[in-house]
Amino acid sequence: MRRRVLPGFGLSLGLTLSYLGLIVLLPLAALAWKASDAGAGTWLHLFSSARVIAALRLSFGGALIAALLDALAGLLVAWVLVRYRFPGRRLLDAFIDLPFAMPTAVAGIALTALYAPNGWLGGWLALAGIRVAYAPQGVLVAMAFVGFPFVVRTLQPVLENLDREIEEAAESLGARRWQTFTRVLLPTLAPALLTGFALALARAAGEYGSVIFIAGNIPMRSEIAPLLIVQKLEQFDYAGAAALAVIMLGFSFVLLILISHLQRWSGRWAELPA
Amino acid sequence: MNAIVMRRASAWPQRTMRAALLLVAVAFLVVFLLFPLAVVFAEALRQGVAAFLASIAQPEARSSILLTLLVAGIAVPLNLVFGVSAAWLMTRFQFRGKALLGTIIDIPFSVSPVISGLIYVLLFGAQGWFGPWLDAHGIKVIFAVPGLVLATVFVTLPFVARELIPLMQSQGGEEDEAARVLGALLYGVLLCNARAMGEFGAVSVVSGHIRGLTTTMPLEVEMRYNEYDYVGAFAVASLLALLALFTLAIKSLLEWRYADALAAHAPGGH
Repeated sequence: MRRRVLPGFGLSLGLTLSYLGLIVLLPLAALAWKASDAGAGTWLHLFSSARVIAALRLSFGGALIAALLDALAGLLVAWVLVRYRFPGRRLLDAFIDLPFAMPTAVAGIALTALYAPNGWLGGWLALAGIRVAYAPQGVLVAMAFVGFPFVVRTLQPVLENLDREIEEAAESLGARRWQTFTRVLLPTLAPALLTGFALALARAAGEYGSVIFIAGNIPMRSEIAPLLIVQKLEQFDYAGAAALAVIMLGFSFVLLILISHLQRWSGRWAELPA
Repeated sequence: MNAIVMRRASAWPQRTMRAALLLVAVAFLVVFLLFPLAVVFAEALRQGVAAFLASIAQPEARSSILLTLLVAGIAVPLNLVFGVSAAWLMTRFQFRGKALLGTIIDIPFSVSPVISGLIYVLLFGAQGWFGPWLDAHGIKVIFAVPGLVLATVFVTLPFVARELIPLMQSQGGEEDEAARVLGALLYGVLLCNARAMGEFGAVSVVSGHIRGLTTTMPLEVEMRYNEYDYVGAFAVASLLALLALFTLAIKSLLEWRYADALAAHAPGGH
């Protein structure tokens, strides 16, 4: 009890709790109720449906790959933005948040126009025999787009606070640049990198707006799980939609727990004396 | 001795390596982030300025703009009041269950937009908890404006609270506290508004896509796109892209003005 003399404990407690109760908890309770209402038949049907399994695999497997790509590209971009000085650096830095600021539907149709076979990039990729739009690859591009800022924004403050003397010490002890990177820098950056990776992953797994336009939504191939929820709702299969939503939330929950364990482990590793 | 020789030998490749990394990173950002932005305006103006203007002057476009402003105009102030209240509660008092409360505030950020809409359908839809009661009293929530507002309030709920809580927790000088809190407040409202106006997935589930009545700007973009009216879709999309650019500009301005207050912040998720 720091400062109970301050006014407004009762008021702010009442307001905050009732708002959260009405906006967040009550609707989530409705979800749990509807999903438990779904009989064994609904659940069995979901888990034995090849189309549902394929969609879940694309949403979570795709998000995993997209977040890995984000981690690689984000590490490079954060490094360049923090360590190098070049004209236009601040402008580029501001644009990192574009995927956060751009509405997902806008990002969706823009990426589709860009990567479609007649688009600016799609044309060149088609020449190389690579198909992106209306294929699973398009799903990956959209997922990587929306998750990208998370990695850069979690790495930047850590890189800025990094003591360069450690790198110099490693180099003066004869470490090659690659060794300095893998043995000194990467362990220090690992917890932040994992945080960014986890945020990008969570965002990509549930992503809808930016994915559905570029995906082409071919059943079994480029159909994401949130789209199946929408389709079930359109067929008034509320129980099926609720059950699928619970499965998605469960998957996300397990993934985030795994990552937080990984993070704790990498954090311990970074604290070991070098 | 060996090390010295090696470092001299690697002096030139190191400079090349820096240039290569810089080039790759900048090229990646231009292609990956700026091309999608540029293509929105290019496609919107593909058939000239007149076609663009005619497209956004259509009644459905105008009603979608008004609806977007209305929904954000209700959702953002509500979440502003909630955010201030939650931040005051979380930073000025000690009580049991505080950590749990923080987790609950963050829930909307970790839920798929589609599920964010779905939960309101399950609550207020025809087969939902309150569906029969609402139906008997002639109140429409789903496939109507109240549903759009509720879904938007849900997805944008954490923004203001999340900016204010870490700031009000840190011990700062009393004299500049007001300015720093104002900075964080503006920052939270800015992000909350950008998301509220641009929300698609959650709103799409509860909207029913009734033209002129329940289509916000992002939904109008989707409908025009699916009707092969590409210029029209990108024209409305370009207005939303301008909003995104405006948001980024103000965000940079706030970060520069309140640099110390907003520093070392975890990024705001969507």
